[in-house]
Amino acid sequence: MLTKTNKSLITAIYSILLPFYNTVLLQLKNQSTNMSDIQKLEALVIQVRRDILRQVHKVNSGHPGGSLGCAEFFVALYQEVMDRKEEFSMDGKDEDLFFLSNGHISPVFYSVLARSGYFPVEELNTFRLLNSRLQGHPTTHEGLPGIRMASGSLGQGISVAIGAAQVKKLNNDNHLVYVLCGDGELQEGQNWEAIMYAAGNKVDNLIVSIDLNGQQIDGSTDTVLPMGNIQGKFEAFGWDVINIEKGNDLEAILSGMKTAKAKTGNGKPICVLLHTVMGNGVDFMMHTHAWHGKAPNDEQLEDALSQNPETLGDY
Amino acid sequence: MKKYTNTGSKDTRSGFGDGLTQLGQTNENVVALCADLIGSLKMDDFKKNHPERFFQVGIAEANMIGMAAGMTIGGKIPFTGTFANFSTGRVYDQIRQSVAYSGKNVKICASHAGITLGEDGATHQILEDIGLMKMLPGMTVINTCDYNQTKAATLAIADYDGPVYLRFGRPKVANFTPEDQTFEIGKAVHLQEGTDVTIVATGHLVWEALLAAETLNEQGISAEVINIHTIKPLDAKAIIASANKTKCIVTAEEHNYLGGLGESVARVLAENAPTPQEFVATKDTFGESGTPAQLMEKYGLNADAIVKASLKVIARK
Repeated sequence: MLTKTNKSLITAIYSILLPFYNTVLLQLKNQSTNMSDIQKLEALVIQVRRDILRQVHKVNSGHPGGSLGCAEFFVALYQEVMDRKEEFSMDGKDEDLFFLSNGHISPVFYSVLARSGYFPVEELNTFRLLNSRLQGHPTTHEGLPGIRMASGSLGQGISVAIGAAQVKKLNNDNHLVYVLCGDGELQEGQNWEAIMYAAGNKVDNLIVSIDLNGQQIDGSTDTVLPMGNIQGKFEAFGWDVINIEKGNDLEAILSGMKTAKAKTGNGKPICVLLHTVMGNGVDFMMHTHAWHGKAPNDEQLEDALSQNPETLGDY
Repeated sequence: MKKYTNTGSKDTRSGFGDGLTQLGQTNENVVALCADLIGSLKMDDFKKNHPERFFQVGIAEANMIGMAAGMTIGGKIPFTGTFANFSTGRVYDQIRQSVAYSGKNVKICASHAGITLGEDGATHQILEDIGLMKMLPGMTVINTCDYNQTKAATLAIADYDGPVYLRFGRPKVANFTPEDQTFEIGKAVHLQEGTDVTIVATGHLVWEALLAAETLNEQGISAEVINIHTIKPLDAKAIIASANKTKCIVTAEEHNYLGGLGESVARVLAENAPTPQEFVATKDTFGESGTPAQLMEKYGLNADAIVKASLKVIARK
């Protein structure tokens, strides 16, 4: 366990190194032909962080903490991990599917969807505005490409994904179904109905990732409602569990998800425990629940953006 | 008066089960999910004939609704089956977000609705489900009156693209609508033409309304009987036309008068043709244990109650 002092020390070192790191990335962007695949992904992560911060700042609402913590995961998923078609179709036949169960981290979802080509990046400007397709929480209701299910009221994503995964089997479609859930979200009982069903019925074309950042609105998950041994619980229900200890490290995520994919088709659903840092990439937002659902003010935005210099171009 | 004959009492849930069996043979996209009530919902044949398309989810209704929503992705038409109480109140938020708001083509099929569930008592006798479901934007709400109509409705909703709540019951009741009927969602069915009072009924109360109309006829009162099987979207045109003719109306349903068919009719009339109305329904109360007939009598949900309400509303004209 990290002590508070250690966490502060890590945060301090990170905040000193971050501008250098990002400057290097910016230079790499300028020599994009020479960039490795991983460097391109890292450049995208930084741009996604900027998108997240600018979306929530503009409307002074939204959820930056969890969004920042999952930026690397979303970039890895949409750029490398999933086998997906460029053109969006609701049915998603012959491609991998993704469901976001903790819908409040919509800023990262929207940014990565836009930057993966599902809708114009400029539309991020409309986040949470009246008449926008980018509702506070994701919805199919406004017809935003890339969204297959409304989420926001927590605990429903795994059930939906199981349904979609079972239909993939019925349709002889060998593609996979991915879900992301928050860790606090596991306090909702429906998850455990779904977790029991998936193991009992060998839904082995399903990979559920848990964003294990240890934070929820009212504080740390350990203070709000201790969930004990999450890995042990999934295993006791009959799931195959893998850990990605460095859940904000692209290479670790890519490697971990490769392992997860390799484990599919063996009679068990797969759970990935993704150990992330809430607010990752912005020093003053890290390791706290304070930025779960709060937008930065003008000064804070400037500070946060300066830690993440533009890579691919702001919208 | 038209004469209606009970061709042999049957439970409406068997109409659902037989409709589902037929759909299994005719529509390969139909899948069925059940929360540990296969026998009660009469889903045995579908399960036996199409085990690969049948999903036993156990006593986990929230997961069942979520799974059904997910199954629409990839082109399936999921039919969920459990008691009405567990189909609605228990899973309201799952239906609201994953089905209704997400616009998914899920058919929520609910048996043992209302007080005629009988001896199990109030925990299982939901009298609020029509209200819960009709308030959801985009949800179609159907309450069928007999075996034949329930079977026809089950077939019809498979061809309709959108979320549907199909409500039916447990006891054997008169089977009197045509076996070969075409079920039109949202279309009122005129069972009797009349001039003195309009009786608009849904579900098990439709047969009671026909019996009431006979009694009223013996007293020289001409009652128009309309079967509203689709509470949402409501056939407002039929209701307004009849109210304009008879100038008074009785609504009859096995449901709380708060949130039921009666309130939907009252809204339509208040906007278009203000008309004296009496409500045959439960009056903001829970049910209790008893036989269906005893409960219908105690809670004022039978032909006698409809006759009394008709006489009262005629006097208010």
